[in-house]
Amino acid sequence: MEFKTLIFYALAAILIFAALRVITARNPVHAVLHLILAFFTAAGIWLLLQAEFLALALVMVYIGAVMVLFLFVVMMLDISVDVVKQGFWRHLPLGVIIGLVVAAEMGLVLGGWTDAGLPEVAASASNTRDLGALLVREYVYPFELTAAILLMAIVAAVALTFRGKKPGSRNSNPADQIRVKAADRMRIVKMQPEIDLPVVAVEVPVETASGAKE
Amino acid sequence: MFANFAVPDFFPAAPEIFLLAMTCVILLLDLTVKSPRRTLTFALTQATLLGCALLTLFLFILRGIASQEFVANYTFSNMFVDDGLADFLKLLTYFTVMATLFYSRRYIEDRQAIPKGEYYVLALFATLGMMVMISANHFLTIYLGLELLSLALYATVALNRTSATATEAAMKYFVLGALASGMLLYGMSMLYGATHGALEIGAVAEQLRSAHEMGSVDKTALVFGLVFIVAGLAFKLGVVPFHMWLPDVYHGAPTSVTLLIAAAPKLAAFAMTVRLLVGGLLDLSADWCAMLMLLAVLSMAVGNMVAIMQTNIKRMLAYSAISHMGFMLLGLAAGVSVADKPLGLMAAYSASMFYVVTYVLTTLAAFGLVMLLAREGFESDRLDDFKGLNKRSPWFAAMMMILMLSMAGIPFFVGFFAKFAVLRAVVDSGHYWLAIAAVLFSLIGAFYYLRVIKIMYFDEPEADNAQPITACFFTKALVSANSLAVAAIGLFPNLLLGICNASLLDVLPRI
Repeated sequence: MEFKTLIFYALAAILIFAALRVITARNPVHAVLHLILAFFTAAGIWLLLQAEFLALALVMVYIGAVMVLFLFVVMMLDISVDVVKQGFWRHLPLGVIIGLVVAAEMGLVLGGWTDAGLPEVAASASNTRDLGALLVREYVYPFELTAAILLMAIVAAVALTFRGKKPGSRNSNPADQIRVKAADRMRIVKMQPEIDLPVVAVEVPVETASGAKE
Repeated sequence: MFANFAVPDFFPAAPEIFLLAMTCVILLLDLTVKSPRRTLTFALTQATLLGCALLTLFLFILRGIASQEFVANYTFSNMFVDDGLADFLKLLTYFTVMATLFYSRRYIEDRQAIPKGEYYVLALFATLGMMVMISANHFLTIYLGLELLSLALYATVALNRTSATATEAAMKYFVLGALASGMLLYGMSMLYGATHGALEIGAVAEQLRSAHEMGSVDKTALVFGLVFIVAGLAFKLGVVPFHMWLPDVYHGAPTSVTLLIAAAPKLAAFAMTVRLLVGGLLDLSADWCAMLMLLAVLSMAVGNMVAIMQTNIKRMLAYSAISHMGFMLLGLAAGVSVADKPLGLMAAYSASMFYVVTYVLTTLAAFGLVMLLAREGFESDRLDDFKGLNKRSPWFAAMMMILMLSMAGIPFFVGFFAKFAVLRAVVDSGHYWLAIAAVLFSLIGAFYYLRVIKIMYFDEPEADNAQPITACFFTKALVSANSLAVAAIGLFPNLLLGICNASLLDVLPRI
């Protein structure tokens, strides 16, 4: 067995373990952490296939940005896993059977597959450069379409979640705040000087101790 | 490696580029529009679609000037094609979306919860998705166009946020639609492997043909991929057994969105089916032909039978859509069996296309009428709401009658000729049992269309729903013109049939 094959099997085993833990972990934070492990291992497999750009993109974009954000959300939302996972064990047998059938069918097809192996590439070839060139030359049309889809997704997300200003909310308009002048903040009012009235002595009826007793 | 870089020819894609640019402009301009009616946004949206139509027409004429045979233009490394099918279907798509927006204007104005500006922008994005699908010549662009269309539609279904049924419908549509997209993509990836890395439709067909001639076909992987592709297509067309989403989505969505889903996307789905199955996978036709026949018969059976039990007209039209799509698939399946007779092949596909085009025209007017009868706080989507329509408005009762008769396939309305053309193709292909089944199920279907007519003419209107119809003159005129077109094309069906025939020339294999 080649050394590379050994690494592949090691990575694959970790990947499958991590993926299983994602759906079986009790604590959602653990599930997210295992998902990060799964992504990281998948990046390793890509490196074995000499797709270093994809591997780096997976680590930087998915693990660095998406998963960290995801972790924040999971920590903040405090999801009760037991509710989400209700019926997990009840549905598990059916899920396993379907999974096995799919795997068996794919095995039947792939059984007759002749693996041509990876095409040889020159050691100097950079797949970052190749991917970039492909994206803006041959695949420029799908690339731009993807951009349109993302723009549409933003519009749709805003349309579905933005509910306008709530009545009675105390939002202040930053533009108004900037435009404000000193004159708006303080008003000088002309008024008659206030004259202290002479203090008039008032007769206070004093209760006598004897009256209280009666 | 960058020395031989050539800027792609943007010109054949001018309508798409114009539409995307204008969508961004409208998105920004809509911020400044204060009026709740959004007249500026609406006018700009319509003007954009009209501009696209002019551009497409211009491209078509230019192709005619360049050569007598209207040679198709390919660009973006052959991922994009501008041929007769693309031009014709795109023009129809623009006019369908324009009519959809005209019909739905007052409907969405009456419903405060629907954000108006976003509705128009998302409709434009959906149109862009349809155009990309229609003009696709590559698995990737088919998929991306489909996603652009579907994602825009999922969002528009959920736009009415105060309605629980709309949210539920959007959720169902999203989950099932995502599953279908996944299946389609999975099938495509299997084909990618089996054809040694071909994704362009022409290249896939070439690979299959050469493998066929050399006798070295690895059928297992090909058929495996094909099954997933057909399942994905069936989901998008909404044929049995992949039809579960259709009635709930038609029913739950606001009627304006139902129309947006029910009309124009059928044209794009037809283009996608023809380009994938006929353009790319014709060498596997023996396999997909049987699948299509099964889907068609099941759809006609389930669609027509279940529609009888519906009390809601939107649900009834949803089941009717299922049966109509099944009927359309019959034509596609029949075409293959007559492959040795080129004229028969041509007739079968143009019959299918004729069927889709006339169905879209009819369904457009039908939902337009449902929206015309709706008013603030009243949906008018139950069959009971049509009771005594003749007393309220004899004119629109007559229009609805034309549409129902056409859908049922009564002679001298366009629906009859569509059914007739498909049936003739099926008989020519020698599948008599298919033709008999189709006629039987259409007869069953005639019941529920005729019931609508009976309700309109012989029942008394409900007490709270007896006032005459109020709508602006233009909408009324457009609905009437649309319904009358259904009757008029029935008098001259050969004109439209001829156009369908001519536009399919580029797609079918060179005979």
